[in-house]
Amino acid sequence: MTSDIAAQRADHKQDGLHQRATLKTLLFQLRAFIVLILLFAFFSVYSDSFLQPGNLIILTKQVAINALLGIGMTFVILAGGIDLSVGSIVGLCGMIAGGLINEGLVLPMFGVVVYFNVWIVMLITLVVGMIIGFANGIIITRFNVAPFIVTLGMLYVARGLALLRNNGATFPNLVGDPALANTGFPTLGTGTFIGLPFSIWIMVAVGLLAVFLTLKTPFGRQVYAIGGNERAALLSGVRVKNVKTITYVISGLCSALVGLIITSQLVSSHPATGTSFELNAIAAVVLGGTSLVGGRGTIGGTIIGAFVIGVLNNGMIIEGVSSFWQTVITGVVIIVAVIIDQIQQKLQERSVS
Amino acid sequence: MSEKTLSERTSNNAYNSQPLLETRGVSKRFGAVQALMRVDFEVYPGEVIALVGDNGAGKSTLIKGIAGIYGFDEGEVLFEGKRVHIHSPREASALGIEVVYQDLALADNLDVVSNMFLGREWTEDTSIGASLNARRRGLARIFRNLLPMREVSMEKQAVSTLNELAVTTLGSVRLPVASLSGGQRQSIAIAKAVLWNSRVVILDEPTAALGVAQTRQVLNLVRRLAEKDLGVVVISHNLHDIFEVADRITVLRLGQKVQTYLTQETNQAEVVHAITAGQLNAIPGMEQ
Ligand SMILES: Nc1ncnc2c1ncn2[C@@H]1O[C@H](COP(=O)(O)OP(=O)(O)OP(=O)(O)O)[C@@H](O)[C@H]1O
Ligand SMILES: [Mg+2]
Repeated sequence: MTSDIAAQRADHKQDGLHQRATLKTLLFQLRAFIVLILLFAFFSVYSDSFLQPGNLIILTKQVAINALLGIGMTFVILAGGIDLSVGSIVGLCGMIAGGLINEGLVLPMFGVVVYFNVWIVMLITLVVGMIIGFANGIIITRFNVAPFIVTLGMLYVARGLALLRNNGATFPNLVGDPALANTGFPTLGTGTFIGLPFSIWIMVAVGLLAVFLTLKTPFGRQVYAIGGNERAALLSGVRVKNVKTITYVISGLCSALVGLIITSQLVSSHPATGTSFELNAIAAVVLGGTSLVGGRGTIGGTIIGAFVIGVLNNGMIIEGVSSFWQTVITGVVIIVAVIIDQIQQKLQERSVS
Repeated sequence: MSEKTLSERTSNNAYNSQPLLETRGVSKRFGAVQALMRVDFEVYPGEVIALVGDNGAGKSTLIKGIAGIYGFDEGEVLFEGKRVHIHSPREASALGIEVVYQDLALADNLDVVSNMFLGREWTEDTSIGASLNARRRGLARIFRNLLPMREVSMEKQAVSTLNELAVTTLGSVRLPVASLSGGQRQSIAIAKAVLWNSRVVILDEPTAALGVAQTRQVLNLVRRLAEKDLGVVVISHNLHDIFEVADRITVLRLGQKVQTYLTQETNQAEVVHAITAGQLNAIPGMEQ
């Protein structure tokens, strides 16, 4: 068998045409990365301030938010689903964290108010995000409702709860109170490590973990299998419902993480935070080459996709492009990306047959 | 005519041993359709048994009932003489019953190794034995699925299973199955079924979509499974293939079993008659 492979490789070498075809496919596969480099080069040349370290850090901080949501979204989309509720979960989780810091947890039956230390607050918030994701997953898999519908509903529910939490008002000045031992929350948003904000490190850590999960573990393999052929996965003994549910839990967790980061950066929680973030996340996933029908795509692609959107927006702001045109251009880029994706699919099918 | 008298009439003692898999009087009704009516069916180790019948005769229903895709309304299923209740394909696999479905149920976006091990990936802490144990439940299983996979071991095992079955036309086991031919895909699906020390392998129309050479390849593969002492069930509409590969032929008609024939003692005309009109020896003067 190994000799067969060797023979085939030799064949490929002789076949220059075939090699050109694979080069073409390779270029297509790296297209998001190439676009990113081109954008980067373009703004570096045309703008003096783009390459300033300060600007690059701001840019990456913005990218981190979208990339984190995109990573969670990638798991969901790879398994053939979609999660429209992430933006609302960001908002709700921000309100949960803000409320816990400013008002504590009110336990009417005992007539007491409990204040938690910041670590516990963050833990509770992350758990809330996971619970909402779990609810999405359970409703989708056990009641057989389309993911689009369930998460659209959850978009409204979570946003409504975020507004209800403080009657539509914000929780300002989330610095905590030394007397209640709950200070330090703003550090998450403002702190740095080796000169880089925590949120960037969080993106790196979550990204690496997600790459490991998708490529190295049975869970990741099963996510791809479900997106590729759900029936095959089921007949092969994959716990399809559980695996799908876990993808929504991951997405909920990433959303909660983003909710914490933004709330901490602003040192206040607004119930409208995160509105339409789900669309940016989906855009990053699609730009990164992940197929919306599932089974094909990578975490790395999504992070690159988030950078493409981030560099584009940042560069256009620096260049003084009107924000209305920015929106138009972002939309065009997304549509072009999907068209190129279709072309790549055709190319690949041809090289296969 | 019962199975006993059938085997007594032959010098072949194999059918006096205990069947690997047996259904006794199983029935299945879908609304107004009686898809199966008290069907007895046995699979012995080391044999290829063909299941034939016209469209809608109940072949797939029988297989799906055995595989746990749905339950029978009545009757019982015995595995190695013991009564079993199979509620899902996973439970069937745990017993050693593997089904290769007509559409093969492969994930086209995954490579050969990933498909063969799908749902039973080897992770760092497990051995073959442990991952065979499909009954691991709950959180332990979820955490096991987050451990790194042993890609090299899985690839070696996949290659060795394919070699054992003399599936040699594959270029690489790291190719996505979407890029393989129909015969290769069928071979992969069969190899996947035998990878797990299965005892009974059930193949639904394994040669339906294949050309001459690839059909030959798959039929050879089917014979090799029986030589490895597995019980092999083949569903097919192609009597020529069946007479070539099967030791016994069970005919279903309108949800009922007509009869089980020994391939050596029957001919295509008799089987065709059984498929279309029922039992031959029910017709006066045709008694053997
Ligand atoms: N899920 C189902 N719901 C309703 N009726 C069904 C279902 N599955 C099978 N049937 C009916 O049961 C009968 C037996 O079907 P089955 O699929 O077992 O036939 P078959 O022998 O496999 O036929 P074929 O050779 O066409 O595959 C048919 O009348 C069919 O319409
Ligand atoms: Mg059928």
